[in-house]
Amino acid sequence: MTSEKAHIGQSYRRESALRHLSGRGQFVTDLALPRMLHAAFVRSPMARGKIVELGVDDAAGSPGVVRVFTAETLNGKCEPWIGTLDHFANMQSSTQNMLADGEVLWVGHPVVMIVAHSRAEAEDACELVMMDIEDDMAVVDGNAALMADSPLASSGISSNMCFQTVLETPDLESAFAQAAHVVEGNFNFGRHTAVTLEPRAIIADFDRSTGQLNVHHGTQTPYQFQDVYARHFGLSEGKVRVIAPDVGGSFGMKLHVYNEEMATVAASLTIGRPVRFVADRLESFVSDIHARDHRVSARMALDADGTIVAMDVDDMTQIGAFSTYPRTSVAEGNQVIRLMGAPYRMPDYRGRLSVVFQNKVQTSQYRAVGHPIACAVTEALVEYAAEKLELDPFEIRQRNLIADDAYPHTSATGYQFEKLSHQASLEKLRALMRYDTLRDEQATLRKQGVYRGIGIATFVEITNPGATFYGVGGARISAQDGAVVRLTPAGDVHCAISVTEQGQGTETIIAQVVADQLGVTPDKVKVVTGDTDTTPSGGATWACRGAGIGGETALRAGRKLQAQILTLAGEILQADPTHLKLANGAVVDATTGNERITLAEIGRIATYRPDTLPNGCDNSLTAAQHFAPSGYPFDFTNGVQASYVEVDIETGITRLLKHWVVEDCGRIINPLLVDEQIRGGVVQGLGPAFFEECLYDDIGQMTNATLAEYLVPMAGEMPDIEIAHIETPTLDTILGAKGVGEAGTAAAGAAAMNAVNDALRPLGARISQTPMTPLRILKALGHV
Amino acid sequence: MKTEITLTINGEAVQEAVTPRTSLADLLRDNLRLTGTHLGCEMGSCGACLVMLDGAPVHACLVLAVQASGHTVKTVEGLNESGEIADLQQNFYERNALQCGFCTSGMMMSAQALLAANPGPTRDEIRDALSGNYCRCTGYEAIIDAISATAAQRMTNAGEAQ
Amino acid sequence: MKSPAFEYMRAESIAAAMTAYAEADGDAVYLSGGHSVVPSLALRLQAPALMVDLSEIPTLSGISLEGEWLRIGAMTRHVQAITDPLINKYAPLFSAAAPYVAHPAIRNRGTLGGSLAHADPASEFPAVAVAIRTELEIASPTGIRRVPADEFFLDIYETAIAPGEILQAIYIPVPVAGQVIGFDEIARRRGDYAMVGAAVQAVMTDSIVTDMSISLFSVGDRPTRAASAEVALQGRVIDNASIADAQAALSDDLSPTDDPQFPAHMRVLLARVLLGRVLSNLKVVA
Ligand SMILES: Cc1cc2nc3c(=O)[nH]c(=O)nc-3n(C[C@H](O)[C@H](O)[C@H](O)COP(=O)(O)OP(=O)(O)OC[C@H]3O[C@@H](n4cnc5c(N)ncnc54)[C@H](O)[C@@H]3O)c2cc1C
Ligand code: FES
Ligand code: FES
Repeated sequence: MTSEKAHIGQSYRRESALRHLSGRGQFVTDLALPRMLHAAFVRSPMARGKIVELGVDDAAGSPGVVRVFTAETLNGKCEPWIGTLDHFANMQSSTQNMLADGEVLWVGHPVVMIVAHSRAEAEDACELVMMDIEDDMAVVDGNAALMADSPLASSGISSNMCFQTVLETPDLESAFAQAAHVVEGNFNFGRHTAVTLEPRAIIADFDRSTGQLNVHHGTQTPYQFQDVYARHFGLSEGKVRVIAPDVGGSFGMKLHVYNEEMATVAASLTIGRPVRFVADRLESFVSDIHARDHRVSARMALDADGTIVAMDVDDMTQIGAFSTYPRTSVAEGNQVIRLMGAPYRMPDYRGRLSVVFQNKVQTSQYRAVGHPIACAVTEALVEYAAEKLELDPFEIRQRNLIADDAYPHTSATGYQFEKLSHQASLEKLRALMRYDTLRDEQATLRKQGVYRGIGIATFVEITNPGATFYGVGGARISAQDGAVVRLTPAGDVHCAISVTEQGQGTETIIAQVVADQLGVTPDKVKVVTGDTDTTPSGGATWACRGAGIGGETALRAGRKLQAQILTLAGEILQADPTHLKLANGAVVDATTGNERITLAEIGRIATYRPDTLPNGCDNSLTAAQHFAPSGYPFDFTNGVQASYVEVDIETGITRLLKHWVVEDCGRIINPLLVDEQIRGGVVQGLGPAFFEECLYDDIGQMTNATLAEYLVPMAGEMPDIEIAHIETPTLDTILGAKGVGEAGTAAAGAAAMNAVNDALRPLGARISQTPMTPLRILKALGHV
Repeated sequence: MKTEITLTINGEAVQEAVTPRTSLADLLRDNLRLTGTHLGCEMGSCGACLVMLDGAPVHACLVLAVQASGHTVKTVEGLNESGEIADLQQNFYERNALQCGFCTSGMMMSAQALLAANPGPTRDEIRDALSGNYCRCTGYEAIIDAISATAAQRMTNAGEAQ
Repeated sequence: MKSPAFEYMRAESIAAAMTAYAEADGDAVYLSGGHSVVPSLALRLQAPALMVDLSEIPTLSGISLEGEWLRIGAMTRHVQAITDPLINKYAPLFSAAAPYVAHPAIRNRGTLGGSLAHADPASEFPAVAVAIRTELEIASPTGIRRVPADEFFLDIYETAIAPGEILQAIYIPVPVAGQVIGFDEIARRRGDYAMVGAAVQAVMTDSIVTDMSISLFSVGDRPTRAASAEVALQGRVIDNASIADAQAALSDDLSPTDDPQFPAHMRVLLARVLLGRVLSNLKVVA
């Protein structure tokens, strides 16, 4: 007999993997619709300028071209958007529309849209567009942007300050005044970008005969886009269907509103044919959101025994010419200043945030929003303090982490932690990485001129956000999810759910959760996601909410259906439903486990022979359930990572030898998938720590905007990653699962930076800028 | 002006008229709808487009379709149907060596070529063989594990066959 | 990233290729492996009217020993530098360099001739060609000539191949007794173009350097012979002292360009470190 929790907690494999392995993926980029047209964009070659004249006649006459759009002929179709939210007091951003109107605001800003029979022909026509743009002074550097004499990054703003805020506890100043030790640092976190392997892709298909707009969109949030398209193009929501089939990576990048996607929808609405836009890699670099780009100065106060008493942080982050829509470009900085010092008991804190406009690609939420910055700064300062106080990195953390028995706890920045496991995690890490042996090895090698470093970083991660995240600010971003679970006539299970799949395994874990509620095996549960016409409305997949919120929704829907089935079975069997339960694909006697009637038989009777049911008996075998988190505003998770790095001190080249993660994401639904989320996340943290950076020159040109020059992490440079878990389920839900998707990314870079600095320490060098390139390491060493 | 080409794709003779600028990748994906071959960069940097050309992996984004005329191409669809990568596929599945799946066919092309040339690669050699295959999702380790497991199984099977 | 339109011609002979090129009034580009040309088309950096495919011309293929020279046909793929026994034996520095060139799939397709003709100053093979004193055989409508590698590379992407001419083959003098080689590069990631690279070939007689050729790449507008460093080693045993002198001499040999992401003095520093490492790890080949 299968126990009640038979499937939750097991490493089920993903059925969709089989499709991909046989070449049967169904990505938006693979789709071809009848009479489909292809879009390409002429983009601004300069960071800031006035459009004097556009000549599109030659382009319009180019072979294969169907339509040429400019702001004048396209923008009227779309209600403009503004990337501000009410709960970010006094934030500002200019109004945006699809094509640049009057002024160009970054290199890559779309100016003209060409729609043609093929992408190649559209690109041919792009070369024939005459653009006369008068060069203006671009705002490139964030600090300069805040000077009184700086030009503005766009004409619709009163200053280059998008948003400013301060968090401060009353005793901050005195904490610093009385501190025995103060350590401080200035940090630079480079701008990088998502580089999903499948670029952004959309096919908008408007059928004039019915007024139906179908949008095949490589996104993680189909409902959000259904709402956006309906509102901004004046359509009723019921006439807008957004379908997100297989998505080739997303990581937050594919949930923002982009000019090109909106323009593609507008073009289809105008022409009445399917229009496809797939960003090529060059376009991705200059139009996908970028991430991070922070300058942080921070100090930490400690008392004589190494207890952290306060942190004082100033973060200046540079976001491009607009704040993104509908989530803003402020959430990242806001999370940076709120996550500082989060793992520690630290009572006092001040965090200042300045979010600054400039003429570059917009930055916005990307995997682990704000976490890597807060973690790297906090953990670097802890490391500096350990050095100053001559404490072992483990020792100083042990002294300061919130004790595992001290929950609930509220951080100095106001976050409420239900229950975390920092101490247990730290202890587990120490054993996992064989810390003492590693230190011995490090010492031995150092005598031979080999410089290796060990770095650790503790973190908390925000998961399962409730409506306080965006909803309160007026954003139409769903904080709830929905599922419809039904028993098919043959006794199989079908679950349509609003959370989406981008390869994390969402569908697999939902099947596991539902299976456990209905006493079937997960392979009997078909899970459908990613289509606004066939799944209930919900927030989908972002901020690590798929497992926690989506899983809970599925669980509750499953239980609802379970009750319906048992009631019906009771009627059929003339038995008391409370004496029945579901197991092994059947209704069984709750005490003996003996099979009473199979699910297939119930499906058959309810579907084909409802006439045999007692009078007035409800034959429904479909249950709908929505769920919004309540209780804590977020479910925080925690963990600790360690990195082992070798630095070639003559060349500045680093080699990542090994990485360890101990993570507590609450109830683990599928250990295999959780570990692979963590591994992928770690590498997305290590990439920007060592390689990834969007480089700009002083006139705002991105100078490495190809995949040959922008260095993504590759197999040869990445380490093996060992993972262990602590399981502290949240009591806010029945399921108890929290999120895990961002945990790897949150602290990997911080651990790596501490490791590099540990390697450099005997040479008196320190690096506090990412990526940690050979040049920066050699500079830190004073060699160049 | 279109040019007539004839080539063998996944064991089938194919005749197509293409413009000379059409890449082999676009021929496969757009004309023949073999969409298991993906495009991630169109300049040789990501490996999503790898196919077997005359038995060796090449970037379909960097080969013109006209250049492939008279030659033999195998894509993931063909390797899947022939069964020659069944064990590799099984190990990728078991080890969850893919998330979004966009890099997967390219990864398997590189793996297949590596194992043909070097049946018992070290982890480092596997990582080296994947130096041109970008994956944003997995962090690579699971892919290395899956290839390593396939190598071990093939060696055992070859040993038993002897 | 779709190429502009062009016509395509698959040449069956060198003569046919040159004729087609001439008839296009110079608005043509030769195509070998295509792994430099095709990306540049996709980026729309060039838009020739005609692409002349050289890859199926029989006389451009083949590797053979001709007396004291190894002849490598221009169409030889990068991978063959790793797998071909004749190259392994008679041009081992090409074999040593090949694993550093790009990635396996690119090596299946990219050609040695294409790499030399393309003359990217960051490329491995041109530097090797210079280090081992190859001669490059060039076909022109008026005849065939052989150009020593030292005179072949003229500038960034510029060689002694005049428009319309075709590089046919690479001639390599077979190793002499006492020959040693060394190759290494410093790159950010495996397979990336090097930040700095070094190809070294020397002849040692009774542990004394009697001939030294050091060819550095990614340090200037073309593969760069480090003449002063060579002189510093000539007639000496390779030891810490002579290596240090060679490293010091590099500042006379190199004048790389300055870039905020890669300052000139960093390049010189890396070249010194690398040269030291390569000289300390020379391998006897004959
Ligand atoms: C992602 C990527 C990474 C790479 N990394 C490296 C690397 O690390 N190191 C490196 O050295 N290279 C690297 N390359 C370049 C690769 O090695 C090229 O293939 C090679 O340099 C050019 O060879 P080809 O046969 O492809 O030439 P093609 O691209 O066909 O031609 C290159 C140029 O030479 C001309 N040409 C070609 N053959 C002849 C001939 N026989 N006679 C006259 N002219 C001719 C062509 O007209 C063209 O101008 C990389 C390429 C890619 C796509
Ligand atoms: S698409 Fe061919 S290598 Fe990226
Ligand atoms: S699985 Fe998504 S890119 Fe590899």
